[in-house]
Amino acid sequence: MTSPVEPIRPDYAIIVEWIAPESRVLDLGCGDGYLMSYLRRVKRVAGYGLEIDADHIPQCIRAGINVIQMDLDKGLAEFDDNSFDYVVLSLTLQAIRYPDRLLGEMLRVGRQGIVTFPNFGHWQSRAQLLRGRMPVTRTLPNRWFDTPNIHLCTLRDFEALCTDLGIHVLERHAVDHAHKTSMGLRLFPNLLGEIALYRFRRR
Amino acid sequence: MPEEMPTDSVGVVTPGTLHFDRPLALAGGGLLPEFDLTYETYGRLNPDRSNAVLVCHALSGNHHAAGYHSPEDRRPGWWDTMIGPGKPLDTERFHVVCCNNLGGCSGSTGPASINPDTGSRYGPDFPIVTVRDWVASQARLSDALGIEQWAAVMGGSLGGMQVLQWAIDFPVRIRHAIVIAAASKLTAQNIAFNEVARQAIRSDPDFHGGRYYDFDTEPTRGLRLARMLGHITYLSDDIMRERFGRDLREGRINFDMEGVEFEVESYLRYQADSFVGGFDANTYLLMTKVLDYFDPAAGAGGDLAKALSPAQADFLVVSFSSDWRFAPPRSREIVKALHDNDINVSYAEIEAHHGHDAFLLRIPRYVELLRAYMERVEAGL
Repeated sequence: MTSPVEPIRPDYAIIVEWIAPESRVLDLGCGDGYLMSYLRRVKRVAGYGLEIDADHIPQCIRAGINVIQMDLDKGLAEFDDNSFDYVVLSLTLQAIRYPDRLLGEMLRVGRQGIVTFPNFGHWQSRAQLLRGRMPVTRTLPNRWFDTPNIHLCTLRDFEALCTDLGIHVLERHAVDHAHKTSMGLRLFPNLLGEIALYRFRRR
Repeated sequence: MPEEMPTDSVGVVTPGTLHFDRPLALAGGGLLPEFDLTYETYGRLNPDRSNAVLVCHALSGNHHAAGYHSPEDRRPGWWDTMIGPGKPLDTERFHVVCCNNLGGCSGSTGPASINPDTGSRYGPDFPIVTVRDWVASQARLSDALGIEQWAAVMGGSLGGMQVLQWAIDFPVRIRHAIVIAAASKLTAQNIAFNEVARQAIRSDPDFHGGRYYDFDTEPTRGLRLARMLGHITYLSDDIMRERFGRDLREGRINFDMEGVEFEVESYLRYQADSFVGGFDANTYLLMTKVLDYFDPAAGAGGDLAKALSPAQADFLVVSFSSDWRFAPPRSREIVKALHDNDINVSYAEIEAHHGHDAFLLRIPRYVELLRAYMERVEAGL
């Protein structure tokens, strides 16, 4: 059994910090269920993880979370309006068929949304594009033809979409691969941030 | 039984029968003055009686869920793939109970039993029972076995419907509810299939209005047709193509109206043959009615979430991708009604091309899922 104070990935640590204790959470694309399991133990949250990959379902069951196998591309129609305090989409936005629709759905179902994604504006991606190749980086390890990531974006792209959708960003973080939030990252998040994290609500 | 008993088998098992002499008032208005329930158990009940799991059977199942009845027995119980030492329903950890439901024909009181009021067989006079009545009778069995609370109640198809009813009617007596390849109510298409099955039986000249026992006969032709129809709907188009295709028994078409030419015809006839003789036609009629009538939301204005609101158990709901009789969207309706009530629920749709029958089969992802979930059940003992 894992202890409730085990070290945790920095992008997860930021999400955990953002979530109020004993709230209701829907985790979209919950993977092996680790984040939800951690939130349950540390923040005593209730809720469900949604996951499409059959291999992850028994892992989630063993992690002790509620997991519902479903395809996020088919929407969240089965969830009622405002039924969760937070809807989390961690490193999954870029693999979604209609990210704009899903963001709208997140804020229909939840009072706040939390999204993290690999930043395509990171300098390594830019440098590889300048050399004329599609980027292959630590956070985006797949090549163009075998990647599940079909909707890559930069921090600026994401914020522009938020403006279009009437989404009010409450907090933004960017972390690099060493997962530090240095002065440089605060000044140039779109250039130095490998993972972008946003907390937002309806305007 | 295989030549050597497999190490993961519960081995040779002997059913027991309990008599209940307190009358059971039925949801349909009838009354059973007294009844018997035949059941089997596997694995030991622990000292604090917390490790009991109730397995509910489906349309043509019975209490014989695992193991063999004798060393000569050729086939194990209907859920032997899941129940045994080291299997997902690990009999080293759990005490598993399965009973033949009321109206059945494997030992529990049913249409072929003697009506104490008349001294002759019930036949068509056997009262129509419902899933709710079954669950009430299973609760009496639980009392008799000294099981206050089940660690889990589980079942597939019609068995899954009983699990839902357990969670609604006895919320504190069930910690985990495992609902497999089920639905909260049948679709019109499903009821239609059941009606064809019933018509096949009722129109058999040997049916005699259900009193065929008095004529020393059985409506076997009708029952055979009902079973064949059932089997077609339990399989998917894909699995039938894979298993039989258009294969011919003699390698060529004989332009023969009577004989068995295609392999799939041979399969259906074999299934029908092995079913009749062991199954009572009145029970088949009754079981299809139980299926048709099940609709817990009906009493809550059609609102399944409201119907499930008393439930306190944690749920696992499982469907199979190619199951068109109890299709995945029917399971999703259950899942939605549960999370609408903030009930703990997990849901998996198992990719399997076997159709509805998948819930009885050893499909690795399905076995692994149940294993993982039963570990969670065990952790809560």
